[in-house]
Amino acid sequence: MEASSVHAPEGALDSRRRRDRYGDIALKWITALAAAGSVALIGLIIYKVVDGARSAMSAFGVSFIWHRTWDAVANHFGALDFIFGTLYTTVWAVLIGGPIAIAIGLYLSELAPRGVRGVIGSLVEMLAAIPSVVLGLWGILVLGPIVHDQFGPWLNSAFGWTPFFSSLPSSGSAVFTAILVLTIMLIPITASISRDLFAQVPADIKEGAYGLGLTRWEMMRGVLLPYTRGGLVSAVLLGGGRAVGEAIAVTQVIGITTHGLSLNVFNTGDTLASRIASQYQGAVSFLQISSLFYLGVILLVMSLITNFTAQIIVRRYAIERGH
Amino acid sequence: MEAASIRPSLKAHGRARRRLLTNRAAELVAIVAAFGAVAVLAIVVINVIQRAVPALNIDLFTQVQATYGEPGGGISNAIVGSLVMVALATAVAVPVGVLIAIYVSEFAHEQVRRYVRLALDVLNGVPSIVIGIFAYGLLVTGSGQAAWKASFALGVIMLPIVSRTTIEILGLVPNALREASVALGVAKWRTVLFVILPTVRGGILTGSTLAVARAAGETAPLLFTTSIFLNAVVTDPRQAMDSLPFTIFVYSESADATQNKQAWAAAFILMAFVLVTSLSARFLLSRSERKLRGR
Repeated sequence: MEASSVHAPEGALDSRRRRDRYGDIALKWITALAAAGSVALIGLIIYKVVDGARSAMSAFGVSFIWHRTWDAVANHFGALDFIFGTLYTTVWAVLIGGPIAIAIGLYLSELAPRGVRGVIGSLVEMLAAIPSVVLGLWGILVLGPIVHDQFGPWLNSAFGWTPFFSSLPSSGSAVFTAILVLTIMLIPITASISRDLFAQVPADIKEGAYGLGLTRWEMMRGVLLPYTRGGLVSAVLLGGGRAVGEAIAVTQVIGITTHGLSLNVFNTGDTLASRIASQYQGAVSFLQISSLFYLGVILLVMSLITNFTAQIIVRRYAIERGH
Repeated sequence: MEAASIRPSLKAHGRARRRLLTNRAAELVAIVAAFGAVAVLAIVVINVIQRAVPALNIDLFTQVQATYGEPGGGISNAIVGSLVMVALATAVAVPVGVLIAIYVSEFAHEQVRRYVRLALDVLNGVPSIVIGIFAYGLLVTGSGQAAWKASFALGVIMLPIVSRTTIEILGLVPNALREASVALGVAKWRTVLFVILPTVRGGILTGSTLAVARAAGETAPLLFTTSIFLNAVVTDPRQAMDSLPFTIFVYSESADATQNKQAWAAAFILMAFVLVTSLSARFLLSRSERKLRGR
C-alpha cells in the first residue's frame, strides 16, 4: 500500500480508501444487523405467542395444562387432552419410523450399490418434499379407507386384547391414520441424517471390523451404531420434532375429537397443533383465541426442548463438517 | 481328485452359518425399509396423478371457484394467490437470508457464529402453525387479514433454509480465493460482494429454490392470515387471497364431490411444482458443489 501511494495520485487513492473503509464497515454492520434480526425474531415469536396467551394464562393459570375440558359455551379451556394427543402420536411415530429410518440410513451408506445409492437417497428425501396438505389429502381419502377396512379389523382381531387396538375404527379418521402419516413425514428426515452420520464413521475402524472377520451386520451393530449413538438420538429427536409440530396433515386425518386419555389408536383424537389449526375459523370469544395461543406456547416449548436437545447432542458429539 | 477330497468345505456350519443368516436377515430388513419408503412415495404420487387427471381442464386455470354444490369452476384465484404470496416472501427472505449467511461466514467470530447458527436451527424447528399464530398476533389482530401478512409468515419459514444452505456453500469457497483478493489490496467488502458471492451463486439459488418449494406447500401459516377472501382473482397483497394449499385443505374435507376432485387437481399442481422445484434445487446444488470442490 505504501509503495503504491507513490505512483497513484494522492486524492483518488484517499477517496477510494475512504470508500473502502466505509464499505467494509457498512457491509459488516448491515449483515450483522440481519444476523441479529434472526436472533431477535425468535425472541419476538416467543414474546408475541406468550402475549397472545396472556388472558388465558391469567384466567386458568398453570392448571390449564392438566385440565381436560375444551368448552366454548362455558368458556372453559384446558390442554391436557391435546398434550397427550401430541405426545402419544409422536411416540408411536418415533417407535415405528425411527428404526425404519435408521435401517434406511444403513442401507444407503453400507449396502446400496454405488449406482443406485444416490437415486434412492434422493427419492427418500423427496418424500419430505411432499407438502403436508397433500399427504393429508391422501391420508384422508386413500389411507383412511384402508385403515378402516383393512388395518382396523386385522389389528383388532390380532391384538384386540391390548389397550391399543381394543375397538374397530368407526371411520378412516383415527389416531392410527395420523400416526401413519406422521411416520411417513418423520422417516426421510431421520433417514437422511443417519445416512450422513454413518458416512462420517472413519473407514479404518470399519475396515478393522471387517478385518476381524465380522459380517456386515455385526460391523453395523458393533461399530456404526455405537459410534454414532448420540447423533442417531438427535436424528430421531429432529424427526420427532417434526411430528410434534405437524398441524395440517394431522388435522385432516385425526378426526379432531378427543376421547380423553384413551390409548386406543382407532379412536379419533386431537393434538396441540391440530386443535389450533382446526379452530382457525371457529374461535369466537377472546378467551378462546387466547387459549389457542396458550396451546401454541405449550407447543412452542415442546418443540424448542426437542430441537435444543437434538442440537446440543449433535454439538457434543460434534462431527465437524467442512467449516 | 485327491486334492479335492482334502479341501475343507466352504459351506458355513453351525455358528458361522447362524452369523451369516443373521447378516442376510438384517440386510434384507434394511433393503425392505429403503424400498418401502420409495414405494410410499410412488404410491402417493401415482394416487394423486390418477385422481387428478380426470379433473384437469382449462377451466381449472381460468375460472374462479363455483358456488358450493355446483359443478365446474376452477382454482385460478388459488394459483394466482400462491404465486403472489410466495414471490413476495421470496423477495424479502432471500436477500435477508444471504446477508445473514455473509455475516456468519465472513465476519462473525467463532462464538457469535455458533449462536447465529443455533438461532437459525431453532427458527427452522419452530412449528409452522406457531409461526402462523405469531403472524396473527403480530399483524392480523385488530387490522384484519392480508396476503402480505401471510407472505411475512412464509418468509420467516424460508429464512433459515436460505441462510443455512448459503452458509454451507460459503464454507466450501477455498480460503485461497479470499487471500488472493486481499493480497491484491482489494477491500473486504469488494472481496465479499464481487469475488466470493459470484462463486456461490449456484448455492444461493439452491437455497432459494428449496425455500420456495417449502413455502409453496405450507398451509398452517395461511390459516390465520389469509383464509377469508373474495372469490375472485386478487393480486393486491393488501387484500386476503386464496392459495393452493388452503384450497386443498378445505376441499379435502368437503362433502361435495366436485370439490374433492378439485382438491386432487390442486394437489397435483402443487405437488408437481414442489417436486420439480426441489429436484432442480438438488441438481443445482450438486453442480455448484462440484464446481467449488473441483477448483
